[in-house]
Order: sequence, then structure tokens, then C-alpha cells
Amino acid sequence: MSRKAAIVVTRIAVIVAAIAALEILCRVKLISPLTLIPPSQMVAVLWELLVSGKITDDIVQTFSTVALAFLLSVAAGFALGALIHALPRVRRALDPLLASYYAIPFFVFYPLLIALFGLNKIPLVVIGLVFATAAMVIATLNGLDRVPRVMQKTARVMRLSGARAVLAITLPSAAPYLFTGLKLALAYAFIGVIAGEFILSGGGLGFSIAYAYNNFDSQTMYALMLFVLLVVTVVNGVLHVIEQRMLARRAGR
Amino acid sequence: MNVASPAAPAVSDKPAHARLSGVTRVFEGKLPVHALGPLDLALARGEFFSVVGPSGCGKSTLMDLIAGLNPPTAGTIIFEDKPVVGEVPDGIGAVFQEDASFPWLTVRDNVAFGLRRAGVDAVEIKRRVDYVIGFMGLKDFTAAYPAQLSGGMRQRVCIARTLVLQPRLILLDEPFGALDQQTRLLMGDELLRLWRETGATIMLITHALDEAAMLSDRVGVMSARPGRFIETLTTGWPRTRDSNIVAEASFGAVTARLWSLLRAESLKAIGADSSGAAAPEAAAG
Repeated sequence: MSRKAAIVVTRIAVIVAAIAALEILCRVKLISPLTLIPPSQMVAVLWELLVSGKITDDIVQTFSTVALAFLLSVAAGFALGALIHALPRVRRALDPLLASYYAIPFFVFYPLLIALFGLNKIPLVVIGLVFATAAMVIATLNGLDRVPRVMQKTARVMRLSGARAVLAITLPSAAPYLFTGLKLALAYAFIGVIAGEFILSGGGLGFSIAYAYNNFDSQTMYALMLFVLLVVTVVNGVLHVIEQRMLARRAGR
Repeated sequence: MNVASPAAPAVSDKPAHARLSGVTRVFEGKLPVHALGPLDLALARGEFFSVVGPSGCGKSTLMDLIAGLNPPTAGTIIFEDKPVVGEVPDGIGAVFQEDASFPWLTVRDNVAFGLRRAGVDAVEIKRRVDYVIGFMGLKDFTAAYPAQLSGGMRQRVCIARTLVLQPRLILLDEPFGALDQQTRLLMGDELLRLWRETGATIMLITHALDEAAMLSDRVGVMSARPGRFIETLTTGWPRTRDSNIVAEASFGAVTARLWSLLRAESLKAIGADSSGAAAPEAAAG
């Protein structure tokens, strides 16, 4: 077995062992069913929920909100990052603010957003946006900083106009860093939206988890938590594979 | 701003491929650094001209000026009868010391890059790219990414990417500076071959005196900062020369002459550096 395969097998073994241990602890009632249900039961309940169509609306609502927050944050984060990069003075002024950005507990503003926009999708998109944009700004700055000067010289020697030089040379050159920004922005958009739904909203997966919790419906609660976990894992896995391919090519592997 | 004036060039009346007249470059800042000039230079069409000089004398600054990457503080630069102002003129290609191959593209896509941006049709791109890839000995690596290649091969990719655009003036800023001695000699042969076959004018910036002596028709020797030409040496080699020339007695004479000219200037440059007066931008030149 190659070293890489051995690492993957070990990783899967650890996860499987943890799930199996949880299953056993729940089955022998060392963990009370009021606290936690066995993983197998989570899967069964989730399957039931998915097939019955009971959570379809919640899924659509949450993912459309996350997608909107993600796309807007990437666009806004990239545009802001590029702008700040082009203005060194502004950047020097903003640097400490960006560095301490995630120290702010943004959720304290969530009630204010609801007061401003009403109990609908907008406060959720805004909280996701506020959460995710800074990550993209920081990644964009990072990426643009690391474009070698000789690349810019090359663009000029090849007589590329500003916009074409950016598209053909600057962006691909900064791509690994921008991709990190995408990954972080997606994670933050998920966190922002689902947490927002959890606090106060009229629907969505976060809302349904909170609703199940408040009604002692631990079966539904755990099934939905598992669902969110699975989706985030799959999405991150896909992004990871794409990223690894890109990096492998550049590293000559 | 420098606007080309129709004033008579200071060097000679022969039509030159590129001509610099009274060119100076000062880096503005709290302590302005006079990096270059005033200097005059005329490159004849199809000649191989090398520039040697002590470190920090403004060799790379000179190249940036000719390429139109930076404007001169004073003086004029003419390329093919047109003033070089603000942008890189059509017909000039440049290869730098730093690895400038695009790590996200295969060798073939790297080489085809400029032609694709210029909107050349696919059949023509294929023909020219195939030719240049063969010429530069990259045939077996077309599908490789730069990270899979050695430094010398990556520099070949950069040269191929420039050559495919058929520049009439090729500027080379220490392109082999990061390579080992044997690879440098061989790359020097390649350079002579492409110079003969393309008929392009070449200006090579180098810190290796033997490289300058072996490759060039003429070698311009620059002074310590602010860089000026203290002498321009004509080597008198035939056009068909190659690296075997290093074994000839006259080669030793040329190299010795270059060193005797440069020695005093190099000492000055080191002295200036150790006094702490060197400015970072100029030292990077």
C-alpha cells in the first residue's frame, strides 16, 4: 500500500471507529436516548424525512440563502480586495481592522438586521455576507501580493491591456489563494446562514433544528444535524479535490 | 514626460534598429537615486550586443527603458524609427532572469500564450508553436507543467514563448543567471543559433564576462552607478561562432580586456555598497 493510501485508510478507520463506538454506547444505553440517538437511527430518520418531502422546503430555503450569500460575498470580497490592493494607503489604514475582523461577534447585530429588513431571507443573506466577505477580501489581498513582479512585466511585454492582463495572468497566478478564499467564504456563509436561522427565522434547516430541539424531538434534531454535516463535508470534499488537482499541477506532482 | 524630439541623434548618422540619446534615469524618492546615464547607444539591426557592468550599475534599468517598461527621466529612445513612450513597442521581446513561465499552463500552452491573445488563427498557432518547440528542444515536454522541468528547461520555455512572437529586438536580462556553468555555455550556443536563424537584434545583459565575450558582436562596458558606457568593445567574431570559441587565444584577450575595464568600476560598486549609500531600487538593477 502506498503511503498516501495508508493515510486515507487510517483516516476512514478513525471515523468508522468513532461512529461504531457511538453506536455501541447508545445501544447499551451508556448514553441516554434522550441525550443522543444511535447514528444508525439518525440515518434512518433522515432517510424518512428526505423521502417524505417534509424538509424539502427547508433544504431549498437554506441552500438558496447560503448560495446567495456565498456568491455575493465572493464577488464583493474580490472587488473590495482588488480595490484595497490598488490603494496602498487605504490598505495601511484598513489592515488592523481586517486582522481583527473575526473578533467581532456579528450575531449581536442579527436582531437589528431583522428590525431593518423584516423576518425574511434578507437578514440571513446579510449576516452570511458580513461573515464571509472579509475572508475573501483577505484571500484576494494575499493572492495579489504573491503574484511575482516578473509576471506583471511579462504581461506588459506581451502588450496585454489592463483587463486582459488581469484575466490571463494575474488571476491564474493568484488562483491558489483565491481558491482558499472561496473555501472559507463558503464555510462562513454556511455558518452565518444556519446560525441565523437557528436564532430567529420562519424556516430553513437551522430553524427546523431549533424547532425540534425546543419540542424535545431529538430524532428529527439529530437527523437534520447529520444532514447539514454530510452536505458540508461533501461540498468541502469536492472543493478539496479540485484544489489538490490545481496545486499538484503547479507543484509538478 | 519625455516626448521624442526630432533632434539629431548623438551617436551616429547610420540608421540604427534602436537608438538611445542622452538617456538618464533617476528614481524619485526622499533621496533621489541617479541610476543611469546620461548615455547614448545605437544598436545595429541584427547585431548581438551585450552589456556588462558592476552590480547595481543600472543594467536592468537600461533594459526596462528600451523595452518601454519604464520611461527615461531625460533623453529619447527610438525603436524602428518610432519613439518608445509609455508602452512596449510591437517587435520587442524580453526574457528575464526570474522564472516567468506560467505554472498553470503546460509547456505548449505557455508557448502558445502570446499568439492566442493576439488572435492568430489556430492553424497558424499550431504551425509556429510546433516549430519553436522543436527549435528549443522542448518536443518531449509539451504536455509537462513548468514545475516538472529544471530551471534551464523553464528558461527555454520562456525563450520559446518570446520567440514564437517573432520579435525583431530580443532583450535578455541575465536569462541564464540562475543556471549552472555547463548549462549556461550550452544555452549560449542555443542563443547564437536562434540569433543566426531569426536575424533578430539581441541585447543581452549579463554579469558573466566570458558569456558576453563569447556571444557578442559588441560588448558595452558600464561604469558603476550612475551607469554609463565607459567603452564599447568589438569582438570581431564570425557570425557562425559557437562556444568552442572559448578555447581561442583571442577569446582570452577579449575577456581580459573586459575585466581590466570592469575591475576598477566593480571596486567602486563594492565600496559604494559597503558605505551603505546604495539605494535598494538601484542595487536591484
